[in-house]
Amino acid sequence: MMNNQPANQTDRNYLTKIFVKQYAARILLIAVLLTMMTILTFSSEYFLTLKNIKNILNLASTYILLSVGMTFVICSGGIDLSVGAIMAMSSVIMGFAMKAGIPVGPAVLFGLISGTLIGAANGFLISKVGINALIVTLSMMSIVRGSVILLTDGKPVFGFDSSFTFWGGADSIFRPLGWEGSLVNIVNPPIALALLVTFLGWIVLEKTKLGRYCFVLGSNESALQKTGVNTLFYKVLIYALSGLCAAITGFIVAARLNTCEPLAGTGYEMDAIAAVVLGGTLIQGGSGSISGTFIACLILAVMRNGLTILSISSNYQQLLTGLIVMTAVAISEIKRRKG
Amino acid sequence: MPETGFFLEVHDVVKEFGHVRALDGVSLSAALGEILAIVGDNGAGKSTLIKILSGVLVPDEGRIVIDGKSYTALTPKTALKAGISTVYQDLALANSRDVAANIFLGRELTKGIFLDQKRMYAQAEQLIRNLGINIPDVRMPVEVLSGGQRQGTAVARAVHQEGRFFIFDEPTAAMGLKETAAVMRLIKRLAHQGYGVIIISHNLPQVFEISDRICVMRHGKVVGIVNTAETDMEETVAMITGAVKIS
Repeated sequence: MMNNQPANQTDRNYLTKIFVKQYAARILLIAVLLTMMTILTFSSEYFLTLKNIKNILNLASTYILLSVGMTFVICSGGIDLSVGAIMAMSSVIMGFAMKAGIPVGPAVLFGLISGTLIGAANGFLISKVGINALIVTLSMMSIVRGSVILLTDGKPVFGFDSSFTFWGGADSIFRPLGWEGSLVNIVNPPIALALLVTFLGWIVLEKTKLGRYCFVLGSNESALQKTGVNTLFYKVLIYALSGLCAAITGFIVAARLNTCEPLAGTGYEMDAIAAVVLGGTLIQGGSGSISGTFIACLILAVMRNGLTILSISSNYQQLLTGLIVMTAVAISEIKRRKG
Repeated sequence: MPETGFFLEVHDVVKEFGHVRALDGVSLSAALGEILAIVGDNGAGKSTLIKILSGVLVPDEGRIVIDGKSYTALTPKTALKAGISTVYQDLALANSRDVAANIFLGRELTKGIFLDQKRMYAQAEQLIRNLGINIPDVRMPVEVLSGGQRQGTAVARAVHQEGRFFIFDEPTAAMGLKETAAVMRLIKRLAHQGYGVIIISHNLPQVFEISDRICVMRHGKVVGIVNTAETDMEETVAMITGAVKIS
């Protein structure tokens, strides 16, 4: 029934309720993060040391770089299983380029472009040819991973210039400026990059047309088509963005290890999906946030670090990641059905 | 009827899906300021015709003349540009987004690369008020609105698209009495303001209440176009079911 009272109190309250509901989940996530950190602080004296915090942030930065792109994809109602393979491909291309004598800058650029192009190919196949995103990116994962292994003969490419390994994060970004001090030392290139990508991702998702169409694609794709928007263009852009994020992650990981591994990033797609859905993005698309993803990445990093500190087998980490995805999706599905 | 003076003309449009001839040489014309109702049984071709007029489907034969300009096929973009705005039966709304976002969908205001939210909220608020649509706040997500408010959002979008001619596909299909009355009032007001309206409806009493002319479709053909004042429900039903043929 239509409500004939003008802008009445109950509707205003409803609006506030919607905003509260929107942020409640993220506040709950922060509470979970703090609880985990408190428990770990009491369980191990090593946990709250500067060195360990840097470890956690380093780990979180790879999750974040990968998950920002995945947030766009899942918000748009899609999924990208090829990000782990793209990580390996783009880092190996960087490695080969540098071994061929190409300077670090252009070599890294080649790698980033290749990742972006693979992502764009995903988007094209999904939108233009109309194949299910799961099938396209699953096949792409296999195609790209297979190609990387063929290209490298399964062997890692390693030993690079310090201007490449700098990005892996042994040093603070402030070291070249001559700043010293324990706290600024935490901010190494991966962490700085992750913060930058988070900020840019947030801006794009919340403040631009691309972000808005991303949500609308996930909510009602045909509505967007009917208003005359070129959905193919935006879908290609979204998957290209995911490919670029994967390539950046591949770059960071290769720089950290001073090695371009053909098997790098195996299983990382699961971590990224876990972070995104744990962060409150609906798996069916249409709703989500970069800030939620960011907090969820910190939670996953603390969880993994905590399990390592407590000497719990890494197999439990995989098991837990799966449980997190399943639980987060189940909760959002139950909430959705209740309306 | 003379062919001049009409805003929208459809000439001998044919559309086939495999072996099914959904539209079999459909012709009709509609003017600004009038409400033309299209009625017909399920499968008569009403929805196919609407989809062709809104650019979602491409006809196999025939042409469409809008404001004197002839087209053999439309895309959603060219249809909108030509002034045809469609309010779809499913309303084509993004449920998780707010009212303003839905009104501005595809035509967002920007400041550089950024969305100009402030201006969009203000204009949406203004538009909703001008149209007499009862939505308390344009920042409400569409999923929490009532059926009538959702319809209102879709209409506001059509008006904002600078449409001069609106097509309503079953506008009150899933609505309560009070909301239906509000939507009917809104459609009448649009015609009074000089917009053209085509309305597709199964609800004959409603059609008789609101329309100036009625176009009856059957098996992909137009079996008759009559002035609403010169016909009655019985005759119309007979035309829909094929008991009577008038042209």
